[in-house]
Amino acid sequence: MIDFLEKWSFFGGSILLILIGLYGVITRKNLIKIFIGLSLMDTGINVLLVSLGYVKGGFAPIITSTINNNSYNFVDPIPQALVLTSIVIGVAVLALGLGVIIKIYEKYNTLDISKIRGLKW
Amino acid sequence: MNFRKILALMTVILLGIFILQAFLISPEKGEIALNNFGKADIENRTAQLYIDKSVNSPNEEVIYKESKDKESGSANIVTSIVANYRALDTLGEVTVLFLAATGLSAILYNKKHAKNNFVVKEGSFILKNGIKILFPLLILAGSYIIIYGHLSPGGSFQGGAVIATALLLKLLSSKEYELDENKLKAIEVTAGVSFVSIGLYGLYAEGSFLTNFLETGTIANLFSGGIVPILYITIGLKVAVELTNIINDLMKA
Repeated sequence: MIDFLEKWSFFGGSILLILIGLYGVITRKNLIKIFIGLSLMDTGINVLLVSLGYVKGGFAPIITSTINNNSYNFVDPIPQALVLTSIVIGVAVLALGLGVIIKIYEKYNTLDISKIRGLKW
Repeated sequence: MNFRKILALMTVILLGIFILQAFLISPEKGEIALNNFGKADIENRTAQLYIDKSVNSPNEEVIYKESKDKESGSANIVTSIVANYRALDTLGEVTVLFLAATGLSAILYNKKHAKNNFVVKEGSFILKNGIKILFPLLILAGSYIIIYGHLSPGGSFQGGAVIATALLLKLLSSKEYELDENKLKAIEVTAGVSFVSIGLYGLYAEGSFLTNFLETGTIANLFSGGIVPILYITIGLKVAVELTNIINDLMKA
C-alpha cells in the first residue's frame, strides 16, 4: 500500500490536479471559478515539475552544517528554480485576470460567461 | 449530469490517459517513469555541475565553511541557479511581474479616484491592535528571509511576499491608512535600475551580462556569494513593492 502510494501519489496526483482544473475550466460558467480552475492547473504543473527531480532519500540542495559537502545525495535543484519562476508568473497572470474580471463586471453587471454579450458571435 | 458535463468528463479522462501513458513506459536507467519514481539520475544531469559548482572550473569538493573562491559562493544551490547561473531568467521574471503590476493599474485606472467600490470595513479590535505588534515582526521576518536567501531556504520572492502580506494586513486593519504610491514607485525604480546596472557592470568588467565580478568568498558565510546577495536584495525590494501595488490596486478597484 505504502509502496503503491509512493509510486503514484506525485505523478498521478499532480496529473489528477491538472485534470480537475481543466474540468473546472470547461464546465464552470462563473469567471472567478474558471480562474480557480486555471490556478489549480498551475499548481498541478508545478508539483509535476518538482517531482521529476525527486530522489528517494535525497536532501534539499543546501549546504549546511550537517550536510556539509557536495557528495551527499541531493534532489535536483533546477526544477525547483524553474518552478520558482513559474509560481511568480502564475501570481502575475492571476492578478491581471482578476483586474480584467473587475472591469467586465462593471460593464455587464454579471460574471456568467453565457450572459456576457461581448463573448457571443 | 447534462450532455455538456459528460462530454467534458470524457475529454478530460481521454487527455489524462494520454498524459499518463507517457509515464507508464518500462523505464531504462535514468528515464522518467512511474516505476522509476524517486530515482532521478542527478549525476548525469546538468544539476550535478551546479551542485559541484564546476560549470566552468574543475570539479573539486565543496565543503561547508572551508571551500573558498568557488565559481558560485552561495550555500543554497537553488539560489546560485536563480541569481547567478540563470540571473537573466530572473531579470525576465521580474519584468513579467512588473508588466503585470503596471498593466493592472492601467486596467483599473479610474478618473473618479475618490469613489471606492470596495469599501474596507473598519478592522476589529483584535486586528487593529494585533497588527501593531505583528507589522514590525513581519517586516523583520521578510527582510531576514531575503538577506539570508543564499544561506538558508527562502529567498527574495518568498521574503517579498511576506513583506507584502504585512502591508496587506495594515491596509485591511484601518480605513484611513493609505500607501504613498510615489515612494513605492521610487523604491521599485531604484531596485530595478540597480539590478540592471550590476548586470551592466559585469558586462564592462568581465565581458558578459550579469557575471559575478566580486570575490565569492567562503561558502556559508554571510558575506559570500559575490553579487548574489546584492541581486537578491534588489529583487526582494522589487517583488515586495510590486505585490503591494497589485494588492493596493485590487482593493481600490
